[in-house]
Amino acid sequence: MKRLSGFVLFSAICLILPLLFPDNYYVTVVGLTIFINIILAVSLNLLMGYAGQISLGHAAFFGLGAYSSAILTIKYGLNPWIAMLTGAAFVAGLSYVLSRPILKLKGHYLAMATLGLGIIVHIFFVQADELTGGPDGISGLPSLSIMGMAIDSDLKWYWVLCSCMLLSVLFSLNIADSRAGRALSAVHGSEIAAQMMGIDTAMVKSHIFVFSALMASFAGSLFAHQQDFVSPESFSFFFSIELVTMVVLGGLGSTFGAVIGAFILSILPEVLIVFEDFEVLIFGAILMVIMIFLPEGLFVALKNKVAAFVAKRQEEGVDGPS
Amino acid sequence: MDQLLQFLISGLTVGSIYALVALGFSIIYNASDVVNFAQGEFVMIGAMSAIFLIKAGVSYPVAAILAILITAAVGLALDKFAIEPAKNATVVSTIIITIGASIFLRGAALLIWGKEIYGLPPFTTNDPIKIGSATILPQNLWVMLGTGVTVFAVKYFFDHTKMGKAILACSFNKKAAYLVGINVRRMLLVSYGLSAALGAAAGLLVTPITFMSYNAGVMLGLKGFCAAILGGMGNSMGAVLGGILLGIVETVGAGFISSGYKDAIAFFVIMLVLFFKPSGILGKGETERV
Repeated sequence: MKRLSGFVLFSAICLILPLLFPDNYYVTVVGLTIFINIILAVSLNLLMGYAGQISLGHAAFFGLGAYSSAILTIKYGLNPWIAMLTGAAFVAGLSYVLSRPILKLKGHYLAMATLGLGIIVHIFFVQADELTGGPDGISGLPSLSIMGMAIDSDLKWYWVLCSCMLLSVLFSLNIADSRAGRALSAVHGSEIAAQMMGIDTAMVKSHIFVFSALMASFAGSLFAHQQDFVSPESFSFFFSIELVTMVVLGGLGSTFGAVIGAFILSILPEVLIVFEDFEVLIFGAILMVIMIFLPEGLFVALKNKVAAFVAKRQEEGVDGPS
Repeated sequence: MDQLLQFLISGLTVGSIYALVALGFSIIYNASDVVNFAQGEFVMIGAMSAIFLIKAGVSYPVAAILAILITAAVGLALDKFAIEPAKNATVVSTIIITIGASIFLRGAALLIWGKEIYGLPPFTTNDPIKIGSATILPQNLWVMLGTGVTVFAVKYFFDHTKMGKAILACSFNKKAAYLVGINVRRMLLVSYGLSAALGAAAGLLVTPITFMSYNAGVMLGLKGFCAAILGGMGNSMGAVLGGILLGIVETVGAGFISSGYKDAIAFFVIMLVLFFKPSGILGKGETERV
């Protein structure tokens, strides 16, 4: 169980916090945003960190999930869970169709294509106002309920989102150590070498793209119900950039890196709010400085330091007098 | 028909601006393999500096020149303090660094100039000129003329001056350029300065038509990126052609389909290009070495 010890510790912290501080703003309000962002960052990390495919349009799938839930429940009166699944099925289909032509591209071209996708979807949310309510969005979503119990308080939402978040983290950790995960990291290393080893790289990339989009879609549906409201603003190009930043800030390719990155970027606006107009400037500066001086990401850099320290200690322990 | 002519005129105007932004894009891309997401911020900084210099009582031409110099200095600073320290950065990290830089510059502009929307007076009197039933504003002509002159000046610089050729040499092979005695570091700096100056020029030309605010650079920068890809990434004249084409396609598309979807049309075109001919109009296909 050593492999999952980090996960167990992390779950314990998440589960104990609301018991200790049930009324704390940072736990039960900011915490919900953090959980949604963690799911998104973890899903993006599957694509960017594991498979090495950059995406500057991840917010599109998040938004499609959220809008599917909002439109299907309010305009068509569907049950929230069925709406969520319908949205996910739609996103899976769309991302599957797009995955082959998009993932054929590399580097800057891939960045441009995903960015274009994100912007087109965002413009659709703003412009198709008969369906999406335009810039004002849609409000008044019905609340989710589990076995007849409505999820109607921040604390209840904490438990729901926390379990979804932990599931996605566990899923991501397990993929890394599976056959699929090794195929992904082979694709990350060198696609041609991966092909030589008999990996169907196009299929592997397409599958992870769909998985990643699916997770974002579910996160979007949960977000829509939790907020009671969707508007195009939440799914803009800038949010896609924020998601990429979360993944890279923590450390590309590390699940807990994505968790830490999502945590920091969700907390940052709360902290920077005291700086008012300086917020944008400081955010940009932090982004640049971390990327320039710690390109491997905060969490990974820290982990490497600790690992090196432990290794040194052990070496001394073996060689030195005991 | 007349409507089409009118769309072509505005398309050509917008396209000229995209062309300048895309040209700046491809200069930096050629010199340092960096896709500079802060290119649109150069346009904004150029325009905003000119606006505030004029407000402070500086005459229009002097303000324009100073604005270009200020922006060029920002370009130099970007290279010196953000790109150079991040040697050996991967594509993803350089993308994030320049995105960080663009957010930083936008934040700085917000602090200095606030959130208001500003304009510049047109270069000359702005009585519309009639061509058939379409009209053209003198400022539209200025934009096209200004872009044309700038593009030729840049082309001359790269084809006929020693420094231009030295920058080209760096973009082909940095090590070889270094070995024949070219100061590669300085050439990269010059590229960033030049690219920023081009952005500022675009800002000066377009602001009398479209107005400017601290966050107006984002879309312009992204469109420049689109135009550079449309023309063929890394091909300077391709970037210019791509910019003009993108401007026309977008304006005509918006005119006949829906103006709300204007930006979506541009990105849709780019996605089609990427799916079917990612090397762009004038670009050469890339081969990957194994």
